[in-house]
Amino acid sequence: MMQLTGAEIFLESLKREGVKTIFGIPGGVVLKIFDVMHQQNDIKLILTRHEQGAGHMAEGYAKATGKPGVILITSGPGMTNVVTALADAHMDSVPIVCFAGQVPTALIGNDAFQEADNVGISRPCTKYNFLVKDVNDLAQTVKEAFYIASTGRPGPVLVDIPKDVSMNKAEFKYPDSVSIRGYNPTYEGSKWKIKQAADAIMKARRPILYVGGGVLFSGASQELRELAEMTQIPVDMTLMALGGFPGDHPLSLGMMGMHGTYVANMAVHYSDLVIAVGSRFDDRVTGKVSEFCPNAKVIHIDIDPTSIRKNVHVDIPIVGDCKRVLRELNNVLRATVNGDQRELRKPWWDQLNAWKQEHPLRYNQDPEGLIKPQFLIDRLYHLTRDRDPIVSTDVGQHQMWAAQYFQLSSPRTWLTSGGLGTMGFGFPAALGAQAAFKNRLVLCVAGDGSIQMNTQELATAVVEKLPVKVFIINNRFHGMVRQWQDLFYEGRYASSYLDRTPDFVKLAEAYGAAGLRIQKPGEVDDGIREALAINKPVFVDVPVDQFENCYPMIPAGGCNHEMLLADPPELQKRQAVGAQQDQQDQDTILTA
Amino acid sequence: MEHIISLTLENKSGALSRVAGLFSGRGFNIESLSVAPTMDPSMSMMTLVTSGDDRIIEQILKQLNKVIDVIKVVDLNESDFVARETALIKVHTRPDDRAEALRIADIFRANVIDSSPTSYTIEVTGDFRKIQAVIQLLQPLGIKEIVRTGRVAIAREPLRTVASQPRPVAKAN
Ligand SMILES: Cc1ncc(C[n+]2csc(CCOP(=O)(O)OP(=O)(O)O)c2C)c(N)n1
Repeated sequence: MMQLTGAEIFLESLKREGVKTIFGIPGGVVLKIFDVMHQQNDIKLILTRHEQGAGHMAEGYAKATGKPGVILITSGPGMTNVVTALADAHMDSVPIVCFAGQVPTALIGNDAFQEADNVGISRPCTKYNFLVKDVNDLAQTVKEAFYIASTGRPGPVLVDIPKDVSMNKAEFKYPDSVSIRGYNPTYEGSKWKIKQAADAIMKARRPILYVGGGVLFSGASQELRELAEMTQIPVDMTLMALGGFPGDHPLSLGMMGMHGTYVANMAVHYSDLVIAVGSRFDDRVTGKVSEFCPNAKVIHIDIDPTSIRKNVHVDIPIVGDCKRVLRELNNVLRATVNGDQRELRKPWWDQLNAWKQEHPLRYNQDPEGLIKPQFLIDRLYHLTRDRDPIVSTDVGQHQMWAAQYFQLSSPRTWLTSGGLGTMGFGFPAALGAQAAFKNRLVLCVAGDGSIQMNTQELATAVVEKLPVKVFIINNRFHGMVRQWQDLFYEGRYASSYLDRTPDFVKLAEAYGAAGLRIQKPGEVDDGIREALAINKPVFVDVPVDQFENCYPMIPAGGCNHEMLLADPPELQKRQAVGAQQDQQDQDTILTA
Repeated sequence: MEHIISLTLENKSGALSRVAGLFSGRGFNIESLSVAPTMDPSMSMMTLVTSGDDRIIEQILKQLNKVIDVIKVVDLNESDFVARETALIKVHTRPDDRAEALRIADIFRANVIDSSPTSYTIEVTGDFRKIQAVIQLLQPLGIKEIVRTGRVAIAREPLRTVASQPRPVAKAN
């Protein structure tokens, strides 16, 4: 049998896993691997400008394709730079395999140049990690890493490869299968529990489906839709689930949670049966846990047993893969559902429709005034919806508005950082998705604060010809922080005002990308069309009303039915003064 | 409530820190912990004493199951078990106390494993309460130093075949 170096084994193993694209930055201890990657054409290696960028690109790639995203970085600072992305992927269950270089085995523990305890650093933010000490174990380890990352509840896996392991030789034999005695995810739900769930659904009068990101990972959108349509049960989505059920479907109530729609939050609060599917009862969703859906029975379907009963009481726990459990549940229900469900659910839907009408999402765009962020996002949605775009976001107000106004119709089109809330996620994530789907429209809705955390990836975008369209909702504030300060800190803007933001148009141009600015409400549609027509990465700077706040809002620790729906009166007064100031500021920025 | 959990782990570097990291990262208590290899050298056995209400214990058991290096988790409180720990106690002894020290050791079937003109080192094995009692009785003589192992525990075999065996918590991730 042929002897291969560790670096060659790495390449061959990745090919066996069907990897097409990886993201990374070289360094001393991984040069051998980069050298091998350089001499082949099967796998595309995208050089990023920061390891955090590589990490979020891999996440964007994984979220959009459903396949593990792959990262290759060096030891020490390369590793510490990627930690944010690993933590992000860990929170949001994104399948990632990250290969990190390590100092030679003989030097481990000696504080060698660029040594870091990669395994120790990544332990709490990975699903599992490996240090490969012998080149003979490398192929098996790669196989296990991909297996662990992509099965069960997906997540990031780190493989630490010392320099000598990449240089030493061994026989290459890629294993066909893996079996890890301590790791056996449960896929099939208990039939008996599913029967109980079906009974509860038949008896419920005000049921609600509360769906999370698990629906996307397991590819259960079709089964979910069948369940909802068969039983006429309304669907609430978490931030992570958007796209998992069509946002414009008549049964969709939109997003729930801290900035969810009024009807979505009221529905869950007053329901008598909550059917949680692939969701984990995060505090941004439940609000005050002790008063979360106080009158409801709870069915919880999740592949991760630790998610069940972690935060709230569950009456019918079903551990299993969402897709398989829903399929089985649909089978049971199909045999029992009788009569017209629409008629049966009419009183509940009458109530829901009343809530919908009472407080729909709204904003006020004065045609002569400043651009409202919601208006920009709403128009962006309407002008792109027929192209089924992939949409990424950064973190802050703009993220919540994008979640509210984009009624995404297909799964794997929504890339956002939910659990960790990582500013700087959006732009690289969009690049990762675009790298996977060269011909699709990929949008990024960014904040002027967040985008500055990863603008260096403009170089990657230009070099790799990834024509993502970035819309920077520029309010010259850490807007979400400013909103909390206005509501809970009497308007003291501690470190939330961004005195100086760069000229994003010039910044994009400096890298060889395109830059545009949209300044008036009347220019919004044309500006968006112009940006979409450019076959290059584009930064579109959109100065917006600085003081717009995101509603509805459930203050942290509040109850789901007690939402703030508009600025309180004293805040409106304060803002009227601020708005004048803003107009002046903006004049100076734009003429500067 | 106190629970004694018995874990079977991969005998790999890092397995222990994954378990310890889980407890510190999630704010669970560890009262004591002991690990040693089993007859199968690829596995080790850990006895872990922790405490919490039912909800916390349920989370601890599930989280432990989720750790990939953990092969099996048994909550010994689900059935009957025996637990033991060992303490080595160095007592300061004046000439007229030496007999008293030996007498106490004798009552508890403890062994003197080292002696000097001014001290005895006593080894005692037993359940938690027995160790506490020995320490209490030796205290007036003057204890110089104590080291204690963590508790180890094992399920009792049922007297009749149908009696309750500890149920392994289903290993699922
Ligand atoms: C890396 C990181 N640092 C800090 C925060 C805290 N934080 C949350 S939102 C926010 C402001 C975001 O500002 P911007 O990107 O301009 O978006 P906006 O809210 O104005 O739409 C901050 C600082 C965070 N989420 N992530």
